[in-house]
Amino acid sequence: MATTPTLFDFSLLALSPPGWGGVLLAGFVSSIQLAVGGYVFGLLIGIFGAFGKLYGGPIVRDLLEVYTTLIRAVPELVLILLLYYAGTDAVNQLLTLAGYGPIDINGLVAGIFVIAVVQGAYSTEVLRGAIKAVPGGEIEAARAYGMSPLKVLRRVTLPAMLPFAIPGLANLWLIATKDTALLAVVGFSELTLVTRQAAGATKAYFLFFCAAGVLYLALTLVSNVFIRIIEKHSRRGMPGPV
Amino acid sequence: MSDPSTTLAAYVPPKGRSLLEPHRIFLMLIFAVLVFCVIWFMRWDWLPRYGTRLLHGIWQTLVMLFSTVAVGFLLAVPIGLVRVTGPKPLAWLANGFCTVIRGTPLLLQLWLLYYGLGSLFAQYPEIRSSFLWPYLRQAWPYGFLALTISFAAYEGEVMRGAFAGVPRGELEAANAFGMSRWTAFRRIWLPRAIHRALPTLNGETVLQLKSTPLVATITVVDAYAVISKVRQETYLTYEPLLLLALIYLCLTGMLIVAFRYFENRIPTRGA
Amino acid sequence: MKHALKIAAIALALGIAGTGMAAAEQVKVGIAAEPYPPFAAPDASGNWIGWEVDFMNAVCAEAKLDCVLTPVAWDGIIPALNSKKIDAIMASMSITAERQKTIDFSDKYYNTPTGVIGAKDQTFDASPEALAGKIIGVQVSTIHQEYVNAHFGDAAEVKEYQTQDEANQDLAAGRIDATQADAIALQAFLESDQGKACCELKGYVKDDPAILGAGVGVGMRKGETELKDKINAAIKAIRANGTYDAITKKYFDFDVYGG
Repeated sequence: MATTPTLFDFSLLALSPPGWGGVLLAGFVSSIQLAVGGYVFGLLIGIFGAFGKLYGGPIVRDLLEVYTTLIRAVPELVLILLLYYAGTDAVNQLLTLAGYGPIDINGLVAGIFVIAVVQGAYSTEVLRGAIKAVPGGEIEAARAYGMSPLKVLRRVTLPAMLPFAIPGLANLWLIATKDTALLAVVGFSELTLVTRQAAGATKAYFLFFCAAGVLYLALTLVSNVFIRIIEKHSRRGMPGPV
Repeated sequence: MSDPSTTLAAYVPPKGRSLLEPHRIFLMLIFAVLVFCVIWFMRWDWLPRYGTRLLHGIWQTLVMLFSTVAVGFLLAVPIGLVRVTGPKPLAWLANGFCTVIRGTPLLLQLWLLYYGLGSLFAQYPEIRSSFLWPYLRQAWPYGFLALTISFAAYEGEVMRGAFAGVPRGELEAANAFGMSRWTAFRRIWLPRAIHRALPTLNGETVLQLKSTPLVATITVVDAYAVISKVRQETYLTYEPLLLLALIYLCLTGMLIVAFRYFENRIPTRGA
Repeated sequence: MKHALKIAAIALALGIAGTGMAAAEQVKVGIAAEPYPPFAAPDASGNWIGWEVDFMNAVCAEAKLDCVLTPVAWDGIIPALNSKKIDAIMASMSITAERQKTIDFSDKYYNTPTGVIGAKDQTFDASPEALAGKIIGVQVSTIHQEYVNAHFGDAAEVKEYQTQDEANQDLAAGRIDATQADAIALQAFLESDQGKACCELKGYVKDDPAILGAGVGVGMRKGETELKDKINAAIKAIRANGTYDAITKKYFDFDVYGG
C-alpha cells in the first residue's frame, strides 16, 4: 500500500501549519470535551432515572420507562439530529415563554446535551440493575442502625452498587467517546469532521482517517487501563473475580 | 414498607403490570393528545409523494441489516474460536482486530473504507479495468463491508466468551465417547457455544439496526437517506425526523418480538 | 457529583452570558463545514480562508456587525438558521424561489455559470443527450441537484452527496462519470493535482433561471429586515468603494459579480 509516497506523506501530520496535526488534536480535544461532558451529565440523568424507576411513583416510573425505551430503540444518529435542532429550539421557546430572550447556545453545550440525553437512558438501566443487585440484607442492616434514607443511599446503596455498575458504566464511557463522532453529521468540529476536512483539503484520505483512528484507539486503550484500575479498586473486599 | 421514611431503602417490584391502571389511562390520554397535536399541527402533506421511496429505503435498511448480521455472525465464529484456542499469532490477530474495530467509531471506519479506498482507485487505473469494478463503483459494498466487520468484531467478543464458557465436562465427555477433535467441535463445542451466544444476538442485532443509517453518509439510499432527502426538499426540520424515529421504533419492536418468538422455539435444554 | 453540578452551573452561567453578548449585535454567520475552494476552505491551522470569507469580513466591517464564523453541516444549514443556531448564511447559497419560501435573501453578491466536469477518458458535453446513461454526482439541496433532476434525471442516474468535495472525490475515484456544480468551484478542483490527473471541463449547462436562480445571496431568517437592510447597504458600499474588486482580484482574474 505504501508504494506511492502521496498515500502516506507524514509531514501532513506536523503539529504546526502546513501540517494538519494541530487541527486534528484540537478536534480530538473537543471530542473528549463532548464525551466527558455528555458522560457526566448522562450519569446524573442515570442516577435520577434509576432511583425514579425503582422508588418513584407510578407516573414517574412509566415516564422513565418510555424515555429509556425510546432512546434505546432509535438510532443515535437520528436522535442527535432531532435533539440538536429540537433541543436548543425547545430551550429557547421555553425561555421566551418564561419572559427571557432566546439564549445563545453554543455547539459544545448542544452537543453535550445530545450525548447526555442518549447516555442517560443507558446509564439509567445500568444503575437500576446495579442497585437491584445490592443484597437487601445490607440495606436492612443499615436501616436497623437507624440511618436516614439519604444516609443509607450515601453510605450503603451507592458504594455497594458500584462494583456491579462499573463494568456497564465503563462500557458506556467507551460508547460515549465513539458517539461523539456522530456529531460530525451536524457539522460540529470534532475529530471526525476535522479529519474529513483535512482529508478533503489534502486528498490524503487514508493518512488522515488512519491518524484519527489511532487517536480514538489511544483514547479507548488509555481508558481501558483506568477502567481496570477503578474496577480493581471498587472490588476491594469482594470475593474473587466473578 | 408502609413507613414512608423507609421507601428508599429496598427495591419494591411494581405490583400490577396491567395497562389499565388509572394513571396509565391518564398518561395514555396525554400521549394521545400529543400525537394528535403532532398530526394536526405539523405538516405531513409530503408523505404521499415519498411513500414508495420510503418503503424502498426501509427495504434497503432491512437488507443491509440482515445480510451484515448473517455474514458478520459467520465471521464471528472463527474469530471467537481462535481467540480461545489459538494458534497464538492468529489469536493475537483476532484480538487486535476486535480491539481496533471496537475502539474506533464506525463512522470513521466507513469513511476510511469508502473515501480511503476511493482515493486508492484514483491512483491505480488498473483497478478500474478489473471485472470487480462494476461492484467497487457502487456504494453499498463499502457499507456492507464496514457493517459486517463491525458486527463480526462485537459478536466475536461474545463468541469468545461463549466458546470459553462451554463446560469442560461436556468436552471431556465427548472425548470419552471417542469423538475426534473435529467431531467434538462440530457436534458439541460449536453448537453449545452458538446456543450460549444466541441470547445476545437479539441485542446485537438491535444495535446493528441502529448503526445502519450511517451508510447514508456514503450515498447508500436507505430509510435515513430518503428522510434526509425529504428534509432537504421540504425544508422541514422535525416532521421527517419524527417519522424516521417512529420507523426505527417499529423496526426495533418487530425485531424484539421476532427474536422472542424464535427464542421460545429453541429448546433451552438438550440443544 | 459535586463536580458535575459545578459544570452545570458554569454551563448555565455561560448560557446566560450568551444572552448578554447577543445584545451586542453579534451575528453568527453560518458557512458549510466543508472545503469549498476557492470560496471557503479550512487551512492547516484550522482557519477558514477564501473569497467568501474575505467578503464576509468586508461586509461585516462595513455594516459594523460583530460577525462570528460558524461552520454548520450544509444539509442542515437552513434548519440551523431557523432554530437560531446561526443568524445568517454565507455559503454560496443561490437565491431561489423555493428557498425564499423558508428564508429571506439579501441582494446577490456573486453569480457564476454552472459547469459540468467529467473523466478525461470519456467524451461528452453538458447536454441531456450526451449525459444519458451516465452517473452524475451532485451536492444535495443545491440548485445543481434540482437542475440535474429536472434536465438529466430521466436519462441519467443521479447520485447525491452531502458535500461537493465528496462528489469530486468520487469522480476522481471513477465512481461517477460527471458532476455538475458552480464553474469556479469546479475550476479549483480541476487545478488541483487530483483534478488535473483525472478530469476536465465538459461544458456549461443551458441556463434555466427558474432553477439556477439569480445569483448567490446572504440567507437570513424571514422578517429580520433590519439585518437585511444593513447587509444590503454594506454589499452596495463595498461594491462602490472598490473593496469588492480588491478581494476578487486576490482570487480571480475576472469579475465574479456577474451580469
